[in-house]
Amino acid sequence: MTKQIVFTFALLLTLSAFSFTIARIVRFFRFTRPAFPVKDFGKRIKVMLTVAFGQTKIFRRPVIGLFHALVFWGFCVIIFGSIEMVIDGLTGTERALKSLGPVYNIIMASGDIFALLVAISIIIFLSRRLFFHIKRFEGIEMKKISHIDANIALSIILLLMVSLLTMNTGYIEYKAITGDATVGLFPVSSVIAGFITSGQAESYGLMYEASWWTHILLIFLFANILPYSKHFHVFLSIPNVFLSRLDPLGKLPNMDNITREVKLMLDPNTAFTASATDTPQERFGVKDAEDVTWKNYFDSLACTECGRCTSVCPANITGKKLSPRKVMMDLRTRMKVKGPLMVKNGRDFKDSLSLLRDYISEEELWACTTCNACAKECPININHPTLIVDMRRYLVMEEASAPGEIKTLFNNIENNGAPWQYSAEDRMNWAKELEIKVH
Amino acid sequence: MEIRKIEVPVMADLFARGEKPEYLFWVGCAGAFDDRYKKVVRAFAKILTHLKVSYAVLGKEETCNGDPARRAGNEMLYQMQALQVIEIFRMYDVKKIITICPHCFNVFKNEYPDLGAKFEVINYLQFLNRNIENGNLEIDRDSLDNISITYHDPCYLGRANDIYEEPRSILKELTGNLVEMHRNKSFALCCGGGGAQMFKESEKGDKEVFIERTEDALKTNANVIATACPFCMTMLTDGIKYKNKEQEIRNLDIAELIAQSIDL
Repeated sequence: MTKQIVFTFALLLTLSAFSFTIARIVRFFRFTRPAFPVKDFGKRIKVMLTVAFGQTKIFRRPVIGLFHALVFWGFCVIIFGSIEMVIDGLTGTERALKSLGPVYNIIMASGDIFALLVAISIIIFLSRRLFFHIKRFEGIEMKKISHIDANIALSIILLLMVSLLTMNTGYIEYKAITGDATVGLFPVSSVIAGFITSGQAESYGLMYEASWWTHILLIFLFANILPYSKHFHVFLSIPNVFLSRLDPLGKLPNMDNITREVKLMLDPNTAFTASATDTPQERFGVKDAEDVTWKNYFDSLACTECGRCTSVCPANITGKKLSPRKVMMDLRTRMKVKGPLMVKNGRDFKDSLSLLRDYISEEELWACTTCNACAKECPININHPTLIVDMRRYLVMEEASAPGEIKTLFNNIENNGAPWQYSAEDRMNWAKELEIKVH
Repeated sequence: MEIRKIEVPVMADLFARGEKPEYLFWVGCAGAFDDRYKKVVRAFAKILTHLKVSYAVLGKEETCNGDPARRAGNEMLYQMQALQVIEIFRMYDVKKIITICPHCFNVFKNEYPDLGAKFEVINYLQFLNRNIENGNLEIDRDSLDNISITYHDPCYLGRANDIYEEPRSILKELTGNLVEMHRNKSFALCCGGGGAQMFKESEKGDKEVFIERTEDALKTNANVIATACPFCMTMLTDGIKYKNKEQEIRNLDIAELIAQSIDL
């Protein structure tokens, strides 16, 4: 009974802390702009099954991708065991889901095998971060805190897996000594148990109990660390993939407010009637955190800083300042600063900073070739180029600020209908004296 | 063999005669004004004539469709151009458009519909591949067979619109020696010219993107880099010049390779 009370208390504490954190973050979404209507559920489920559960994009790097996929699939299986632990903890039952019979055996057995596979993968990840110089993990945006953050999360996962295995081992040994039948199958832990021959029932009982508590309390702790970490992606990547932009990568979102303006300009009949109903004009493009869409912000929260985007960015590869990962991280950091200020003082509140310039420089924005390599590479379908272009839109349309040659480009298009200074009269020159051999 | 002059049909002329072509061939600004790219457009026009396709160009009525303005953030200018172009298409009742330039292709196919445009957009590679597959366009395999070709995927055909197979299937008709760069298809590296970069100096860095990409191509030891985009053409041609490899490798558009193989 004491166990149940303690457990219930721990669970309630976890849930309230978690809800508090999430509520704080959710508030910031009301400052964001609309992105697209979330429909086409069939397509979305398909994307979610392939990209998230199938891990298809992580496999674009097959070797290290496999280890991530093992961790992901491991989590998907192990979570059933965690749910059972919560039920057991609350109700005082032992292995509440055992009535599932053979299915239960499969769940427990795969959870046990995956615990080992995940642990191995995590050891590989940690070694890569600690002992190898992986270029993808470096960059101007990767501060010391980013590395500490990653290593803490990986260490917790490793402890979770170790405690799961010691829990299962203790359970098997305890049951073997007391002579009771074990419920569930534990192939890996049985092998481990085979190596441990001496010991008494109580010590195994204690090993099981201690591991049980360590495992569940670590989960509770982990859940509450995640929203403050880049590993928030453990929660957000599946929804982020579900909420993917479904348009072809080449398509930029249309600015309907511009369409209205342009149509007014082109149609003299509406020019007068429209001015009467003029509503206060929303800023064109993105200058600060409140100008982004809810999807941009969701992307930034889901980003786990893996750096695959930056590692394929042609600008970054050739030493330019642009890093798509930094764009996402900057947005997240900026909202963290400005979000609470807007909650307190309203959406129009201005501190002396803005996402543009104070976080993301013009130099970075103008280096983008809109090649979409970053968006193609992102394992959870984050879209960086639309945000980059939205920031260019602000620069150009609100500040008339652009590199000189780009201004010339605009002038040429406006005056001669071509990006270069040629006259429309010359548009058929290519076709002069064109001949074909008829065989 | 006889040499025949080609009069490229212009939409306004056809319309005046009460004729309506099946396709509008969108030449694009690079096709009209870039000296190197004019050759590509000429090659494609020859192929259209060879195939007896019913088509016309807009000629002097063509104008920038706004793509570079849009990628550079000038949505206002983009939409002004786009609405003008859509109006011209409506005037001529255009139903099917063929483009060579992948940037024009992308903006017509994916972005004009948001402004109320309704027409079918076909990239020339899809068009050519279809004609090869249905037997209309017979490639002379012997003429280029011993030449090794590597294909550079333009971002706006590949990643932007998932067109990877058509160019490869055409090139496999042309040569038995198609070699891939280590970064290819959806992994292909940009030439550095997209997103209005073509019209400006690049930002400070340690290398030009077009050189990085040219090095990818040079590593294959191919005789030809096949491209399918005016910007890629400029960028990679510059890269070859920069590397002083003009003797070893040439940059040709797929339309030029076809026209060459069937000796048009």
